[in-house]
Amino acid sequence: MTTTTPEVGKSAPPSPKPRRGGRGGVMSSTGLYIATGIAGFFFLVPFYLLVRNALSTDAEITGENWKFFPTDIQWGNVKELFTDGTVPFGQSLWNSAVVATLHTAGVLLVCSLAGYGLARIPYRHANKVFYAVLGTLMVPTAVTFVPSFVLVSSLGWVDTYRGLIVPGLFSGFTCFLFRQYFLGFPKELEEAARVDGLGYWGAYWRIVVPNSLNFFAAMATITFINGWNSFLWPLVIGQDPGSWTVQVALSNYMTNQTVVFHLIFMATAFSILPLVFVFLFLQRWLVQGIAQTGIKG
Amino acid sequence: MSTTKTRDLARPAPAKASPAKPRRGLRGSPTFNFWLFTGPFLIGLAIFVYAPILWSLWLSFFEARFTVTPDKFVGFENYTYMLTNDDFVGSLVTFTVFAAFIVPTTWALSLGLALLVNRLRFMRAFFRSVFFLPTACSYVAAALIWKMSIFSGVRFGLMNTVIGWFGVENIAWLADPNPPWYWLVIVTARLWLQSGFYMILFLAALQNIPGELYEAAAIDGAKPGWQTFRHITLPQLRATSTAVILLLLIAAYQAFDEFFNLLSKTTWGRPPLVELYYKALGESQDYGSGSAGAVILTVLICAVTLLQGKFMGFGRGDESK
Repeated sequence: MTTTTPEVGKSAPPSPKPRRGGRGGVMSSTGLYIATGIAGFFFLVPFYLLVRNALSTDAEITGENWKFFPTDIQWGNVKELFTDGTVPFGQSLWNSAVVATLHTAGVLLVCSLAGYGLARIPYRHANKVFYAVLGTLMVPTAVTFVPSFVLVSSLGWVDTYRGLIVPGLFSGFTCFLFRQYFLGFPKELEEAARVDGLGYWGAYWRIVVPNSLNFFAAMATITFINGWNSFLWPLVIGQDPGSWTVQVALSNYMTNQTVVFHLIFMATAFSILPLVFVFLFLQRWLVQGIAQTGIKG
Repeated sequence: MSTTKTRDLARPAPAKASPAKPRRGLRGSPTFNFWLFTGPFLIGLAIFVYAPILWSLWLSFFEARFTVTPDKFVGFENYTYMLTNDDFVGSLVTFTVFAAFIVPTTWALSLGLALLVNRLRFMRAFFRSVFFLPTACSYVAAALIWKMSIFSGVRFGLMNTVIGWFGVENIAWLADPNPPWYWLVIVTARLWLQSGFYMILFLAALQNIPGELYEAAAIDGAKPGWQTFRHITLPQLRATSTAVILLLLIAAYQAFDEFFNLLSKTTWGRPPLVELYYKALGESQDYGSGSAGAVILTVLICAVTLLQGKFMGFGRGDESK
């Protein structure tokens, strides 16, 4: 915590320091790789099934003889998914993109400001406010969905982006994590800014945020994944098919009477694709964020 | 306690900061700034978190069917109704069974994966990604793959194909509660989805164990493998283990997505949230009983959290920072 370099946000990347202590333990190196490989195989099978089914015809998916690969890869399924009028999939994909993006931006803005205020600004009743925030952690938001739905519907927000996004912005947990982070932020940097005549607001935007981008990136990744994957709240709020998110749409296809297998699997593949990209490009921040915070929001 | 806490909040590093510096240079008073920063969050918290909680409490004492502004006060009737209702009590039993399966298995699997990955010297990042990747999938997507491909009750399902090689008859994995094969489907789906996430926690904790401990143990004659694991690794992971178990329990309490999608339309195997969803937003729109159920559930979760917090000292960490 004594460092004053501008790179304060980059606290300890997940250094792959191999642990040598357990060398020559219960398992030989070959055994180790065989065990890991078998476990990895089981973790990848569902992905393989997803892609295989998405690129097959229905006849092949439901055929008597199990085929490892589709005999004829059906790239046309992609086009069919987005042009098929009975399944409003493109719309739901767009809804999810809008909701998850705005959700992430809003949560980061609102919760980081509050976390900073709680961590840094001296105020007589700050600790009472902090306990009021902590108290909400004990009440999982999923449990309050009944009155929340009542509240949102009385505001007339059912089937709207507002209704999908706004209630989820006030995450006591994310606020708590930001507070913990800002407590560890080196004070010297801010004091220098104050000497230069910046107020709290100016210091926050010009000094604190630019030096915390790594933490913000980690929180953004986690928040985006949770926003994209959330199901219960969009299910409650999205009454009209036009306001379904991807997850609600998938759930509806699943319980539908007429099941078109290849389209459902293609839709699922497309629902996962954005997050796979997030994983590939932002994994460093994701892993770091989880390791730092320890908890999913 | 409370006064020192205020000072901590104001000055997390009192030893280093130069207290002589006057705060006159700041624009606006600290109080104004405090509300400027926390105000938007607190207003939202009041409207979208506290108000629903209080509304829920209030509703739970009224007969509220199809209405959220009821006028018939019924006292604890909704509570006694829910606590004697077979479906709701059954859902609590379902949760207990589910937690009894999922918490230990996820704990063991994620720890096992972390130990494996931690010892890899090549392809460590690759395997970490493989185990972590399911975290990207939603419960809905996983439920879909599980229900329509792996554990599809018909001949072309993967599991039925595999057991068919050994001459075993088709099993209707989800359609029949007797025998309760659906537990296998639900538990494996969640295991696949969440183990990678907790593996990351264990990996981080493993890398924080000082190497000297292992060297000291080696000098003392401890055999690598089970002995070092039992006497060094496991005790060093205690804090993480407890946190993981608490998180797993809370996550299990809130199970909804996969149960809803895998067991849609069935009356068995409903965890509390699914039960409440049908009670409050289903055909009966019984907000009163639904709210009473939500309150009961919240009290249970609080009790578990506090109980576990007593053992592991949850939240104590922030004072030491």
